[in-house]
Order: sequence, then C-alpha cells, then structure tokens
Amino acid sequence: MHLEKFDMKNSVIEIRDLKKSYTETKVHVHALQGVDLIIEKGEFTAIVGPSGSGKTTLLNIIGGLDRPTHGNVKLNGQDIGLLSDNQLIDFRRDHIGFVFQSYNLIPVLTAKENVEFVMLLQKQTQADRDARTLELMTAVGLADRMHNRPNELSGGQQQRVAVARALAPKPAFILADEPTANLDSKSTADLLDLMATLNQEEGITFVFSTHDQRVIDRARRVITLEDGKIRSDEYRA
Amino acid sequence: MTTLVKLAARNIWRNRRRTLITAASILFAVFFSILMTSIQRGTWGHMVDSVVRYHFGYVQIHKAGFWEDRSIDNAMHPEDLAETLSDAPELRSLVPRIESFALASLGSRTKGALVIGIDPSLEDSFTSLRNRVAKGSYLANGDDGVLIAEGLAEYLDLQINDTLVLISQGYHGTNAAGKYPVKGMVHLSNPELNKQMIYMELAAAQWFYGAEGLVTTLVADLNQASAMDEFVGFARSRLDTASYEIMDYTEMLPDLIQARELDLAGGQIFLLILYLIVSFGIFGTLLMMVKERSYEFGILKAIGMRSSQINIMLWLETMALGLIGCCAGVLFALPIIHHLKRNPIRMQGNYAEAYEQFGVEPVLPASTDPQIFIMQALTIFAIISLLSLYPILKIMRLEPVKAMRN
Repeated sequence: MHLEKFDMKNSVIEIRDLKKSYTETKVHVHALQGVDLIIEKGEFTAIVGPSGSGKTTLLNIIGGLDRPTHGNVKLNGQDIGLLSDNQLIDFRRDHIGFVFQSYNLIPVLTAKENVEFVMLLQKQTQADRDARTLELMTAVGLADRMHNRPNELSGGQQQRVAVARALAPKPAFILADEPTANLDSKSTADLLDLMATLNQEEGITFVFSTHDQRVIDRARRVITLEDGKIRSDEYRA
Repeated sequence: MTTLVKLAARNIWRNRRRTLITAASILFAVFFSILMTSIQRGTWGHMVDSVVRYHFGYVQIHKAGFWEDRSIDNAMHPEDLAETLSDAPELRSLVPRIESFALASLGSRTKGALVIGIDPSLEDSFTSLRNRVAKGSYLANGDDGVLIAEGLAEYLDLQINDTLVLISQGYHGTNAAGKYPVKGMVHLSNPELNKQMIYMELAAAQWFYGAEGLVTTLVADLNQASAMDEFVGFARSRLDTASYEIMDYTEMLPDLIQARELDLAGGQIFLLILYLIVSFGIFGTLLMMVKERSYEFGILKAIGMRSSQINIMLWLETMALGLIGCCAGVLFALPIIHHLKRNPIRMQGNYAEAYEQFGVEPVLPASTDPQIFIMQALTIFAIISLLSLYPILKIMRLEPVKAMRN
C-alpha cells in the first residue's frame, strides 16, 4: 500500500508493517501479516472481512488493547508501543472512544453517570462534566433518560449512551466493534444517522469493524481484510 | 475516590445474593471462632475462678515445707510476715487460715474433713464465703460453731444446730477433739471442696489444734490477678525464702496448669482448622466474583480505568463485606454467648467425672470478655484482607482483550 498520498499531519491513525501472531489451542495463527494503514481526521471508515480475517485483532491493536508482534502504531502522533501499561490505559482514556458490540455500559451507574465516568477518571470538574454530559445526551437524543440505569433502556438506547460515553473525553477517534450487531433495523438506522451526523457536522473520526451491510453502505471508506492482509481499500463519494 | 466508593457500594448492592453469601460466610466464621474461644476461655476462667479464687487464692505463703507436708506442725506466726509485706502495693490484705485434716462424726457416721480456721470478715471479703451460705448463718468473730459444706453435711445427715464431733491431731502431737454446733451450711460449686470442707472461726480452730496465735497459711488477696507476679517477686525479695514458701497458683496446682496448656494448644489447632475452612469458603466467593466480573473489569480497563483504581474499588467492596460480616458475626454471637455465660452447658458422664477430678464444677460457661470478640473479628478481618490480595493480583494481570473475549 502506498502511504505517500496521505497527509501525515492530518492522520489520527498511522500503522506500519503491522504483524500479529499468537498460538491458540496449539495452532500458530498469523492474524495480521504486514498491514500498513493511515486513517485521517474526519474519516468514516469501515473495516470489513470474513470471520478470522483479522479485523477484530486490528481494531484491538489500534485501540491499544493488544500489542503487535511486529510493526508500529502511531495514534494522534504517539507511538503507542513506547507506552507502559498504565500510560497506555491513560492514552486510551484521553484519546480513544470505544463503542462495543454489547454496549458494555457499567450496570450500576445511570446513563448520565456512564457518560461522565471517563471524565471523572480524567478528573474534570463537576461543572464541566455536567455541561458535557447534557450536551452529549441531548446530541444522542436521550436527555430525558439521563437518570435511567442501563437495564431500564432498550438496546438502541444503550448503544446511544455508549456513543455519548465514547465521545465524552473528546477523543481523537472512535473505534466501534460491530456496533449494530445486537440492534434491530430501526435502532441500527438511528445509530448510523447519529454517527454520520457527528462525523459530518463535528468532524469526529469513526472506525468500524462490521459485517453489517447497512453500516458498510454508509461508510465513506471501506477497508477489506483477508487472511490478515488488506485486500482492498475503497473510497466512496 | 468518591467515585470508587460509590461504585463499590453499588456493586455490593447490585448482586445482593453474592453479597449475602459472602457476608454470611464471614458471619459464621466470626461467630464460630468467637463461640469456640469464648467457651474455652470461659471454661478456663471458671476453673481458675473455681479452684484458685474460690479457695486457694493466687498466692499463698506458708512455712517452708508446708505444701509438701500439710502438717499442723508446719504452722507459723503471722504477725511479722504481715508487717513485712504490708507495704506491697498490690496487696489488699493477707487472709489467715489454719488448716488440717480431722475426722468429723455425727452418730454412727464419720468422714475425713478439711477443717479450716478463718477470719470470718477477711475470708468473706476474699472468697465471698458468706454468699455461699445455703442454710443457717455465717460465722461471726468469737463464734464457737462451724460452717459445713453441703456435700459433707448430706453424707453425715447433719441439720442446723446439730452437734458435730471433730477429732484430729493437734500442734506438736497434742490431742485435738471438740464438739461444735452446726451454724450453717455452705454450697461450694467445687465438688471436691463440697465433700470435705468445714469452716471454723480462727481463734476456735487455733484452740482446737492447740496452736494459739499460729496459722498455716496466709492467702494474699491482691488488687488484681494480673499483679500476681509482681507480688510474688516483692514477697520473695522481702521474706527469707529458706524459712517461708511463697507459692503462686501455678505452683500449687501444676496438674490444672498442665491440663490448661494442653487444652489451649488443642483449641489453637482447632481454631486454625476453622480459620482454614473459613478461608477456603471466603476465597471461593472471591474466586467466583473475579470470574463472574472479569468481562466487566476488562471493559473498565479498556475505557481507561487503571488497575490500581479497579483494585481500590474491589478492595473497598471486599473490606465492606468483611466489615458487614464481622460486625454481624459479633452481633449474632453476643446474645448467644451472653446466654451461655448465664446458662452454661453442663457436662455429663465421663466428661463430668474428668472435670471433677480436677476439683472443678463440670460446666462450660462462656466468657464475655470483649477482647475475644474484638480479636476474633480482627483475625477474620485480617484473613479477608489477605485473601483480597487474590483479586488484586488477578486484576493486575488482567488483559482487557482476553477478559472481554471470555
């Protein structure tokens, strides 16, 4: 892949010669075999591919949840391979927003508390947290459900809260792992509308891993992985 | 920190069943360890009280050789001793006794008895003998009657105001014989003493034994039992130990002490086994908790919560559960221990006989010493604190990807 065409100053994710192998039940697996990738600010990118193609491994490494066997990953200009475990946790907290397939909200906290949780870890002031939480809950259309616990919300609503939580620390980009896998059609459409709006109006970078054709149809860049390598990288209008 | 406290509190409340199981296992651990220790301590406290405070006292002073050869010929003059020891800070009073064995007879019945001459008021303030009078009345200074233990009275078929005949050998081989009206009967919880004791006013006993002005024993009535060693040291430094023997209860009653050491050691081993069982129980619930929640911990790590923060949250949860369980255990144990103190378990059969061999009433009272409750609760709490290291180690090593995959 030719990386020269990208403006490095504008990149939020920069991956070079990324390899990841591990042993699973006595079988040596080469999950990623030399991936080069640059994602620029404001992209709305879907990483697709069949099961076992390496997309979740790639997303985990981009998210700093896993470390590569070879190659390096720069996020927002920082080589995350140079960070200690605690530094990496802090980096994730401050620069990366996660939206998981199963929402993964903290069950004992209300929607508002879930959204402000990362800001609490960042030691932001109460006033800042309150203002940002209200802004985000309004943006995801759940300002009236601030004090509900996750089990009092539908799947779609929980995923919206998860998006608001991911956005709370004003991250460099948002990683969404199969975000629509557990949602019905209506909730999927609503969520995609929400993320597309945030992307277009506020320039927030989204990177998805997905099997869902509805997500793929909305993406402006689709990267297809196969056997741990990028098979195609397609831009759409 | 407030966030972590809030999270910990909500986590405890979220899984109420797990909270209940963990707290209940801690509760029973604390309860059983308190129960065991309390009964063991209470029983030994009762033995010491029964054997030592009830009659022997913590320290006795005799003429050298008296304890080996309980002869009236080993009597001594008490005045100089009392004066020498009068400035001992731990000493409340020296209680004089003259004691020897005699034959007690009524009609055709005769039995060996321990006839002790006492100062009625000093003896009462030391052993509360007056409170043990079951029938008749207590002795007064100058009285010529006797108090007889109920067991002995029953054997001799004695009633109040009956005349008891006593025959013995007096000081330096004189004949000792006399007739004494029974003034009262005392109930002694120590079964051995209850079968053989006869109390007489000191002057009357001295006259009976032909030993005017002499005593065989001075019992030290101390301000507190814990001052025993200090007093023994003081007395040995002031008195001629070649002429006098100063004995504490451990020397007077070696069998009792040996039995106590043996029993306490056995109790410690049993307690250790209990702690081990309890530890495994609590560890099981912690293991289950870590297993159940590793996905959640993975998410927390993924979104930016440090291991140390998760550990503080978990530690707070474990400590709160420990505190709830320990407090509940103490509260649960309190009324039961209190009840067992008032209504001690009474032993039967061979066990009872074994206790009586040591001259101890065969009961197992519980001790309500607050130290037992505090120490057992703290021990279990320390075990929980130690066990809480397991989740901490697990969290330190937890990889978010693996945790979330599982």
